[in-house]
Amino acid sequence: MMSSNSANNLLDEALGFNDECGGGGGGLLLLIEDRVETSGAFILHHLIKRRLSSPNRPNDVVVFLSFAHPFSHYDRILRKMGCNLGVQKENKRFVYYDMLNLNYPVTDGEKGAEDLLLSVYGKIQKTVELCSSREGYKNSTIMIDDISLMEVALCGSSNLVLDFLHYCYSLATQFDCLVIILNHEDVYSTVDVPSPLLQMEYLANIVIKAEPLATGLATDVHGQLTVLNKGICQGSGCSKSKIRNFHFRVKENCVEYFYPGSRT
Amino acid sequence: MAAEAISRALRDGALEGEHAPALTIKDSIHAPLGAFVFDHILAQLSSNISSSKSQAQGIVLVAFARSPQFYAELLKSKANDAASLKKWLRIVDCYTDPLGWKIQLAESGIVSNRSTQNATTASLCKNVRDLDMLFSSIVELGKEVIRETKGRFAVAIDSVSEILRHASISSAASLLSNLRSHDQVACLFWLFHSDLHEMKASSALEYISSMVACVEPISNTANGKGMNSENVPLIEQNLGRGKFSVRFKRRNGRIRLMSEELHTEQMGINFVPAFEGHVTSQSLVPKVQFNLQLSEKERNDRAKVVLPFEHQGDGKPIQIYDGRRSVSESKTENKETNAEKMHVNEDSGRGEIIYIRDSDDEMPDSDEDPDDDLISDSTIFFLTVGILELLTN
Repeated sequence: MMSSNSANNLLDEALGFNDECGGGGGGLLLLIEDRVETSGAFILHHLIKRRLSSPNRPNDVVVFLSFAHPFSHYDRILRKMGCNLGVQKENKRFVYYDMLNLNYPVTDGEKGAEDLLLSVYGKIQKTVELCSSREGYKNSTIMIDDISLMEVALCGSSNLVLDFLHYCYSLATQFDCLVIILNHEDVYSTVDVPSPLLQMEYLANIVIKAEPLATGLATDVHGQLTVLNKGICQGSGCSKSKIRNFHFRVKENCVEYFYPGSRT
Repeated sequence: MAAEAISRALRDGALEGEHAPALTIKDSIHAPLGAFVFDHILAQLSSNISSSKSQAQGIVLVAFARSPQFYAELLKSKANDAASLKKWLRIVDCYTDPLGWKIQLAESGIVSNRSTQNATTASLCKNVRDLDMLFSSIVELGKEVIRETKGRFAVAIDSVSEILRHASISSAASLLSNLRSHDQVACLFWLFHSDLHEMKASSALEYISSMVACVEPISNTANGKGMNSENVPLIEQNLGRGKFSVRFKRRNGRIRLMSEELHTEQMGINFVPAFEGHVTSQSLVPKVQFNLQLSEKERNDRAKVVLPFEHQGDGKPIQIYDGRRSVSESKTENKETNAEKMHVNEDSGRGEIIYIRDSDDEMPDSDEDPDDDLISDSTIFFLTVGILELLTN
């Protein structure tokens, strides 16, 4: 059994992240899918801390687009985990975009939504370009919490969301960034049309699914994580895809990860 | 082998007066290996082009899902140098800035105009929604790689699914159909993810194609039934192996089906003959709550059943069973044919009933009506009338 405070827990191993890299290489898109019964927000918090706390990567930057919660929410949670987001924000290592307070041009429809998205993307690209020019720069991280609310903000256009993700992904491959997005699987449960979530699964290099146990609720096991790591595919060759499945329990200041049946 | 047959068809190109051969590669999220197949086909065709074995003298690659740099590295790793690539490869770059956002931001000074370096000539497409412009770009680039007036080029589109996100199925189908009927196009192939589109879109694309290659899961996992540690190995297996089925449409309308397995490796994929029993039995038997399959013993017993009107192929004269055998024969018979036991061995030590039917003397299938010797009712009447008349007269 490993907690998220240990050097390398099951989640980090499944992601291919080790302590030397301080959170993994770039040029990847990581998709977190959760449900009402099992929130995947703890994974986001864990990855924020990993990207900001690595001693080997003092100049890495996290660009955070929040559609779900205010800054104070993340600040409070990360403080309990031993990470001061306020200080990181002042040091320009945690760049926070409060999408909740933006004025959405609802009357302009999809065209206005696309213009808004263009301006947001422009800010992200500018931030990443500035960071990449700094000495000692290794990776940037772009995080979005969460995609379903982003779609709401864009007048329900899942196509615009996919366009935005495509641009973030091309930015990631150009500047060696890691893109992390959170989406809710049960929001897209429909049999009428193909789900846009499927498009994101095709696009992502790593897919993490937070699901309840097949046996239902339990007090000591809060759910299971399935990590599909498609590996890196470059023109010269591809690494093998791997799947890991393990259980988790969310505690006050950390998360425990363990294989089924290994808890004493 | 199916993959080799596809490569040959694309290498041979279009016949005079016919549309160019078109290949659809389709996969799904449960067997997401279509991109590997696309890369394999592209590498094979590139090899034929660079060695001048194919009708196509060059390739125009329309890159939506992966960057031009990816394809340059892919083809270089297959023993193509950069100088050689520039002669016969052109890329329509729909990956870097498909909607023109980066250009707009650069023009307004918000971001710098950093162009990515690539070893091949890539033409940037800034508006993938305009399929007419895309068609013109493809044809223009194609003309750059052909050496003769009547030369032809190949077209590869790495994601028709991306086209369908920005355009209607009719526009996409029109683009593909126009390319296929263009007199300078030798062949074309594309990849799409079937589970991202409605059935009519998939069907429309398949109708345009002369070859349809489908990648399916090698294992039927418990999809939709929830994830657990037990079905993880099966899902992982589907990420590395798949069933590769190809349907070829011939000019005369005949369909040819081929099937094999594909395995992913570090440097690409490998095709092997399919293990028919394993694949067929898993795919054809529907999932119901009763057993539809036969056990080995049941198969053997079924093979031993004697069919009444069919010879057993054992060299003995054919005797048709007409149902006229004795009761004692039916009691002692096990697995021999009924036709072989027309006469019963008499054994005075055993009690048995011998029944000789009147009609036993007749040959089988005799046309003679066995009731012919009986007097019908009308005959009796006329005879009676005749006798009465004689008596009264």
